[in-house]
Amino acid sequence: MTEWFADNFVSILNGLAIGSLLFILAVGLSLVFGMMDVLNLGHGALYLIGAYVGYQFTGGVSSWGGFLTALGVAAAFGLVAGLILSVATEPLVGRGHLDQALLTLGVALVVAEVISIIFGDDVQNVVAPPGLNESIQVFGNTYPAYRLALIGVGAVLAVAVWLVIEKTSLGALIRASVSDREMVSAVGVDNRKVKAGVFAFGSMLAALAGVLGGPVYGARTGLDETVLLLALVVIVIGGLGSVRGALIGSLVIGQVESLGRANFPDFASFMLFGALALVLIIRPRGLFGSKVGAG
Amino acid sequence: MSALLELRGVGRSFGALKAVDGVDLDIESGARHALIGPNGAGKSTLFRLISGEMAVTSGTVTLSGDEVTKLSQVRRARRGLAQTMQHSSLFLTQTAAQNVALAAQRHRGSARWLLPRRQRDVDDRVADLLDEVGLSERAQVPVSSLSHGERRQLEIAVALACEPRLLLMDEPAAGMSLAESGRLTELVLALPRDITVIIVEHDLDVVFALAERVTVLHLGQVLLTGSPDEVRGSAAVQEAYLGSSTRGELFAPAASTPHSPQGRPKANVSTQGRPESSLGDAS
Amino acid sequence: MSVEPAPSAVDAPSAAATGTGAPSGSTRRRLPLTGLTALAVLILLAAVPLFVAPFQTSMLARMLIFALLAVSLDLLVGVTGLPSLGHAAYFGVGAYTAGLVAKYWTASAPVPLLAAVGVAAFAAAATGWLAVRSHGVFFLMLTLAIGELIQQLAESWSGVTGGDNGLSGIPAVEVAGQPLTLVGYVYWYVLVFAVLGFAVIWAVSRSPFGAGLRGIRDNEPRMRSLGYSPFRYKLAGFVIAGAVAGLAGGLLASQQFALVTPADLGFTTSALALLAVAVGGAGSLWGPAIGAALVVLIRDVYGPDLDGHGTLVLGAVFIVAVYLLRNGIAGLATTRFRRRGPPPSDAAPPPDPTQGATGAPVSGGFRQNRQDGRQAGESSQRLDSDHPSSDPPNPGVKRS
Repeated sequence: MTEWFADNFVSILNGLAIGSLLFILAVGLSLVFGMMDVLNLGHGALYLIGAYVGYQFTGGVSSWGGFLTALGVAAAFGLVAGLILSVATEPLVGRGHLDQALLTLGVALVVAEVISIIFGDDVQNVVAPPGLNESIQVFGNTYPAYRLALIGVGAVLAVAVWLVIEKTSLGALIRASVSDREMVSAVGVDNRKVKAGVFAFGSMLAALAGVLGGPVYGARTGLDETVLLLALVVIVIGGLGSVRGALIGSLVIGQVESLGRANFPDFASFMLFGALALVLIIRPRGLFGSKVGAG
Repeated sequence: MSALLELRGVGRSFGALKAVDGVDLDIESGARHALIGPNGAGKSTLFRLISGEMAVTSGTVTLSGDEVTKLSQVRRARRGLAQTMQHSSLFLTQTAAQNVALAAQRHRGSARWLLPRRQRDVDDRVADLLDEVGLSERAQVPVSSLSHGERRQLEIAVALACEPRLLLMDEPAAGMSLAESGRLTELVLALPRDITVIIVEHDLDVVFALAERVTVLHLGQVLLTGSPDEVRGSAAVQEAYLGSSTRGELFAPAASTPHSPQGRPKANVSTQGRPESSLGDAS
Repeated sequence: MSVEPAPSAVDAPSAAATGTGAPSGSTRRRLPLTGLTALAVLILLAAVPLFVAPFQTSMLARMLIFALLAVSLDLLVGVTGLPSLGHAAYFGVGAYTAGLVAKYWTASAPVPLLAAVGVAAFAAAATGWLAVRSHGVFFLMLTLAIGELIQQLAESWSGVTGGDNGLSGIPAVEVAGQPLTLVGYVYWYVLVFAVLGFAVIWAVSRSPFGAGLRGIRDNEPRMRSLGYSPFRYKLAGFVIAGAVAGLAGGLLASQQFALVTPADLGFTTSALALLAVAVGGAGSLWGPAIGAALVVLIRDVYGPDLDGHGTLVLGAVFIVAVYLLRNGIAGLATTRFRRRGPPPSDAAPPPDPTQGATGAPVSGGFRQNRQDGRQAGESSQRLDSDHPSSDPPNPGVKRS
């Protein structure tokens, strides 16, 4: 048992790193979906923006200045994009969830194409900032320091988000909206503002995830599609509208992506989508999802 | 001769809440049976248990001698159970005629036919039914353009198109004007006896005009089953609705209610030593 | 434009007049008009190779193929109310099957096509059996997942499918022993079967079964209470749609120098097909065909001029269309037609797309009518079965 553990130690760490990244990416998507029943199919495109911003400001060179700037710029882009998406879907609210989802799909297409026009289709590398772009020894294994840092960042963010959602009145508002948004609106809260806020925040996180994921996944076209699918799998399995669900889902999928691909390279994707299908059929609200569609 | 519908010990719990609790009921074939009770009594839930939309947590449901407790709503519908919903449940993008046709084609037409087909029997039946409910003029109008009253009428036509043996009507007179509910009453009275009707209603004029037997539900249990007069005169029923049981208490000066015992009179009447707040107990 | 059914000449007066198809009065006047238009379009399409250069002809063939895919998807999306983001999977399965059959067994028509239809139908049945158990956005995600799975299969099973490089070296289709090498002949081959496929979808849509599908789209719980089994209807619809998508895929493989790649099965193809349906007007059948032609036009015809970034224009067009064209292109045509013609009194007037007077706009199977969210026992299902169905609850009516 311990031998297996030792053999797969690196994979497990990778899984944690990926899980971290996925959490940062998926939590926004989950909350927006849970709150407004809007599936933002452009979420992957937001990650892509972040990835290319990361590339743009680090330019393949290891630098803290570049990295931090990238984080800042990506966050700004994400916030704005989230607000725009929120406003853009507003007129469609009366027309149903699917129309809103389709709109986000259209936006995703446009964004992906624009990025492709600006940056071309080559795979770009993003280098980790100095101090983190080397490997260190962990329990006898050599492991990239950056990924450890990523795990750390993810953990901190998870705690932070959890604190906000569970302990603050804003968080209570968000939870209430997930649970029964019409009731919240009846109480006098402007739903649109809450929605815009969550949309903006979630999109910002997605863009940040793009930057943070740069040293791991780089920046290339098609990444948005991959990432969107992973995020969908996470939020469906973890449960829509639930932060805890997003966390558990990310950790699980992180391990599947990592351990799964290491041990069963051909079956990893099947496992992923098989799990998604299974959950959708048996328990659509996922492991921790709230009763969907209430109100 | 066994009853068309037999409920034995039927119950439905939601966790600790017993929405329906140990209901025994026999409905004879051809009956005109009303189900009344104050709000929250469990009438709609009971209806859903009968139709199969919701599963019972205890008890059995028997339809024409066959136990249907485990059968789905679809299967029960195929055995001759039809219903009208409290809020009209229709096919909004389609015309009135198409709505009725959908119901009718399952019985008289070829609902599974994969090629376009003229279904004359269905068309005739649709025309007849629309005529019966007074919607002939509006046959080609999409439901989204129909008025509330017209939709209620259409609801009935759709249910009748199912050629039911048992028709459940959930508050059919809801939101209707006096004239409209009068027409509704006539319509139901004119239904043939091979259709058994169970009706949930708050409008007691309709109930007493239509029903031959009345069951009163209270807090999920059957309080009383009897003739309309028996129910009207029952002290227990009055207490359930109003929280008081003597006429004197009902019609004390400050609180005069219209004839139908909906809502409660204000609790400013001293009632033989009972604390005033007890009026808030019922249902 | 929305993914809900566009009111159209196909949808509304089909089972018009008194109920199921006996045309009356102005419907009878209308049908010949639609029939005439269809005939005219058909003749025009058939005449194409005689007047149009080979490159454009083969482009038109591609449009026909994609149009067939979009129309088959419309049976699911517009008629049944099942929004699928994985429909290209069956298209791809059909393409690979036809290609493999032509390459390793026989290229004589219609064998590769029949095989394509059969295998695609089987795939649709096997996956649909699981998929149609979910609703609304969940169905969307599930079909997405299934599509991805099948794409993954195509990429991994490289021994058979050629993996990422795709399946190439597919011989030309043979009709009566003669391989079709001229673009014009290939085009006619595609045209014949595309029309056939379209006719199948059209017939199913206008049939009593199709009426059942629409009922399920509009109000599935009500259909259950009427004694219909929604699962069986949806599954049958899913299989038919998948089979016709497979037919389109088979036609793809019969193009000259055909190359079938995993991308044909993938998310982008499915997404574009769904966009084509939405832009064209879900539920109208002919609208999505035009939407598909538009997609191919922008992406493949004008795309090269834009350095292959036709998708950008596509996305932009789509976004604009979402806001301006509520019911897609088909919706435009129907409104204009209604305004011009006599007020149809005995034929079913298409529901007014702008009607919002009652506060309950024309709704399709997954439009959410907020006011009805309180329907008995249904509120917990609202996301996974976005049914709108009922009246706004009447004020003053209490739940008993």
